[in-house]
Amino acid sequence: MSAFTIERRGGVAIVTFDTPNESVNKISKAVGWEFEDLLGRLAADEPVKAIVLRSGKPDTFIAGADIEEFVQLRSVEEAVRLSRDGQLLMQKVADSPKPIVAAIHGACVGGGMELALACHYRVASDHPKTQLGLPETQLGLLPGAGGSNRLPRLIGARAALDIILAGKNERAKKAFQLGMVDELVPESILLDTAVAAAEKLARGWKRPRKARSTGAALLDGTPLGRLLVYKKAREAVTAKTGGHYPAPLRALEVVRTSLEHGMQRGLEEEAQAFGELAMTDVSRRLVEIFFATTALKKDDGVPAGVARARKVRRIGVVGSGFMGAGIAGTAALNAGVEVRLKDADLARVGKGLKAATDILAARLKRRRLTPQEYQRLRGLLSGSGDFTGFAGAQIAIEAVFEELAVKRQVIADLEASVPSDVILATNTSTIPIQDIAAGARHPERILGMHFFSPVEKMPLLEVIPTAQTSAEAIVTAVHFGRAMGKTVIVVADSPGFWVNRILSPYLNEAGFLLEEGVPIETIDAAMTDWGFPVGPVALLDEVGLDVGEKGGKVMHQAFGERLAPSKVIAAMRGDDRLGRKNGRGFYFYQDGHKTGADGSVFQLLGVRPAGEVDVARVQDRLVFAMLNEAAMAMSEGVVRTPRDADIGAIFGIGFPPFRGGPLRTLDAMGAAEVVARLERLESAHGPRFRPAPVLEEMARTGGRWYPADGR
Amino acid sequence: MLPPSPGRRAVVVAGLRTPFAKAGTVLQDATAVDLARHCTRELLYRTELPGDEVDEVIYGQVVPSPLMPNVAREVSLLPQLPRTVPAYTLNRACASGAQAICNAADQIMAGHADVILAGGVETLSDVPILHTRKFSQILAAASKARSLGDRLGLFAQVRPRDLVPVAPAIAEPSTGESMGQSAEKMAKENRISREAQDELAVMSHQRAAAATLDGRLALEIAPWFGGRGMDQIVDSDNLIRSDTSLDALAKLKPVFDRRYGSVTAGNASPLTDGAATTLLMSEEKAHALGYRPLTAIRAYAVAAVDPAWQLLMGPAYAVPIALKRAGLSWNDLGLVEIHEAFAAQVLSNVQAWGSADWSRRLGLPAVVGEVDWDRTNVMGGSIAIGHPFAATGARLVTSLSHEMARRDVQFGLISICAQGGMGFAMVLERVG
Repeated sequence: MSAFTIERRGGVAIVTFDTPNESVNKISKAVGWEFEDLLGRLAADEPVKAIVLRSGKPDTFIAGADIEEFVQLRSVEEAVRLSRDGQLLMQKVADSPKPIVAAIHGACVGGGMELALACHYRVASDHPKTQLGLPETQLGLLPGAGGSNRLPRLIGARAALDIILAGKNERAKKAFQLGMVDELVPESILLDTAVAAAEKLARGWKRPRKARSTGAALLDGTPLGRLLVYKKAREAVTAKTGGHYPAPLRALEVVRTSLEHGMQRGLEEEAQAFGELAMTDVSRRLVEIFFATTALKKDDGVPAGVARARKVRRIGVVGSGFMGAGIAGTAALNAGVEVRLKDADLARVGKGLKAATDILAARLKRRRLTPQEYQRLRGLLSGSGDFTGFAGAQIAIEAVFEELAVKRQVIADLEASVPSDVILATNTSTIPIQDIAAGARHPERILGMHFFSPVEKMPLLEVIPTAQTSAEAIVTAVHFGRAMGKTVIVVADSPGFWVNRILSPYLNEAGFLLEEGVPIETIDAAMTDWGFPVGPVALLDEVGLDVGEKGGKVMHQAFGERLAPSKVIAAMRGDDRLGRKNGRGFYFYQDGHKTGADGSVFQLLGVRPAGEVDVARVQDRLVFAMLNEAAMAMSEGVVRTPRDADIGAIFGIGFPPFRGGPLRTLDAMGAAEVVARLERLESAHGPRFRPAPVLEEMARTGGRWYPADGR
Repeated sequence: MLPPSPGRRAVVVAGLRTPFAKAGTVLQDATAVDLARHCTRELLYRTELPGDEVDEVIYGQVVPSPLMPNVAREVSLLPQLPRTVPAYTLNRACASGAQAICNAADQIMAGHADVILAGGVETLSDVPILHTRKFSQILAAASKARSLGDRLGLFAQVRPRDLVPVAPAIAEPSTGESMGQSAEKMAKENRISREAQDELAVMSHQRAAAATLDGRLALEIAPWFGGRGMDQIVDSDNLIRSDTSLDALAKLKPVFDRRYGSVTAGNASPLTDGAATTLLMSEEKAHALGYRPLTAIRAYAVAAVDPAWQLLMGPAYAVPIALKRAGLSWNDLGLVEIHEAFAAQVLSNVQAWGSADWSRRLGLPAVVGEVDWDRTNVMGGSIAIGHPFAATGARLVTSLSHEMARRDVQFGLISICAQGGMGFAMVLERVG
């Protein structure tokens, strides 16, 4: 079956792109051949004077190139050829003697954007779903079908680099302002407008050029101005990627070559860069993560068909502190559900409502919400000092103080106040759900939903069923978490679940390093160099030392000496240091901003800060503490699949994406090497580094977490 | 007693309001929409009424904002309701809230609707301030001017006096008389003494304070999350003064006639912010959804007098008509709620109903009835609680319905005087 159908309106051929049996249009090799063939036929078709290209899919124009094909690539040459083929197809579009107009509604990204760029005119719908961009660098690649050359020519170096280097998508209105599209119209007249434009172009009408401001003309329009643009872009990219991601810098070079030495050389370099980038481990890892998150979006956490998610229209949140308010605001913002916030007294409820409303207000301020949308979403948030409104909710989430007795009491109160089909979720970071559910009348509707703080920013959610939790409750919680905008993994009810389990030995190890006098900045810099967004000591400050202490105790109790905490946190707590929340931690804080490391921890510990430290050894100790624990947790079945484990680590604690997650990292090193290094650490630092039995087993058998073909 | 009315009955299922607050105080930053939405949303949650059961929203507002002229529609666009619930805002002056409820009852009895949210709102902290007519015309012309020169020419016509803002006054357009002046006139013509007025005011405050203390009023209030941090909780009306005494009131100067007057800030209702919503249903629907209705709307009536005569004497005429429509006599009433715009007005109305002489003078067919203060305004009235114009009717219906249920009273009456010489009366009947 063909992906393209043609319909004629006067002298205009309307080509509808609608890949059969797919939810979105993608540009694959096969689609490319068919489109090329179609262009040839239309060129020879005398009555056809102009062409309009549109999508038959409801909310996407073209979602990009078929990434499955990237994975098949086995050599740089092969990848260069793929890019070359794409460039040639786009060149045919650009060279078409009959003008081609893109009528864009829905996502127009990656290869789809490159195709639109090759067209002679672009009309976009002003619909919120219409987004245009070149996200290739997010996959460690660059736009390889002419996009790196055409976008800067269309909208100038500055704006184009802004999009290409960050791998950004812009909403239709912004895209129009930038000049990525020529016209912005309501969806209802999109096709008519595109056809009218096609007819005019066929009669020889020229597309008007967007006038540039003086500043833009100076920066984008002169070689010297562009030199400044390139310099600024390079600085920004280097600061952001820490040198771990090669794609943005390559893309910058390609754009530069294209603008300074012409499109011919630009295209050559684009294909070469694409080919080389496609073969990097970084790109492989990023593509794997892309596939993993896509697959996770379809994984309900229970076998398919076992249960269906209930539609969630209202949730209740018990506890209006930082966590509860974060859940409330994020649920209203992203899931659009009614939220009832409950706390012991109304003043606390009010504070929580304010904090939740502030999450919306921040979006309003950044113009991600219109004032009207803001007002409507604000109306979703309300609260009271009792369980009023909870009876009509589908999910009630408790986010009270992290103390088993308190949480049990809340569950008991909820059971007394809401019908037996309301799902009761407990937001805990360490307490086993089965302990909280013990004694409940309806344990089948109780599960854990472990959000990370701040809820509106952190992308991960761990859903934790107990042995008794019903499949319907699990599926509903997973779907609801996704509606809140979270990446959801379903993990076992084991202390620390997944994320805090592997974080625990890592943070402990940071404490041991401090005990030995390793400076705070050295530890944190070692890990940011390794690719983490923040170092472990700074992370302790963020999490809060009280929370860290409590969590550390739970993990110690559950797993014994291996996870015994260092003395550091107790010492800090003794000095009334809670971290960022009270402005006293391992770092100094001024008006909520971190200003520098506070060395007084070493006085508290009575050690002298070390001078020379071997950064590689610091990294080794921290990384292997985490990797070893990850292997152990995996062998216990804490996480269902290596995919969930890696995604959880990346989205939950910022494990460096270019490394693909802890299990990908283990696979990359090989179990034998891992075991050997763990044994060295064990002999130097003690039995906490004893290799996980599963790793020893793998070392013997040559086992891996993922199949050897990479997928 | 008449036989029960045939066909459908409209019943009051529940009601809720914001706290009533002196204008310019704790609710001054809230818009009318904010207030109306707040108590309506909280009412929906307290009753656990599924939003898609609501057929219509009817709201009253006397001084609407030109930016939000149909506050009812903004209420019906609460995200807790489907976006397809029609709504309109009406203006029957101070009887607007009561009129919204009676319109709802009519729609329910006619079989056009089963579930209606009806109420009223006023924010006298947020009255629209207008430009003068001339300045408005110049602004309008300037927006259409073709050139800068034309525009400057237009603005050159502006004189300083054109720039003085125009605020709406609470005055009768037909007579130019302010509401207070009317009350003052009635006090004189009807021989209502200053002491009698102040006594009524003291009673109003004392009863409202008692009803606040014992929780009867708190039950009707959805606490407001005030202040920038939303943590300043307002859960009661801030105008009620339990410590008011006759001595204290006697010290106040008359406002509208400094020499011979008797109407003071102490014996008149203050400018107030607030909103109130009631939930009305057909009796059948209420039972089908599992509610126990409080009261039914048995009858209502509106009357008007010449505004140039005694502006606030409308209730004298409306009440006997409503009683007749209800098939009841005054003595069947177990509870009465008289809206207290001014003590002078309340006492004038009471006198008109109760005296043979006055009923003859007013041309009423017979004496309507003698007010028994033990059964009248038992939780205080508008002088103490406040009077956000259009919200008052809905407050009275909710308060009276609850009190009728508590005292197991069969019939109750509401009387409201309104701008334009209008009077509004409503008879509620206990159900269930």
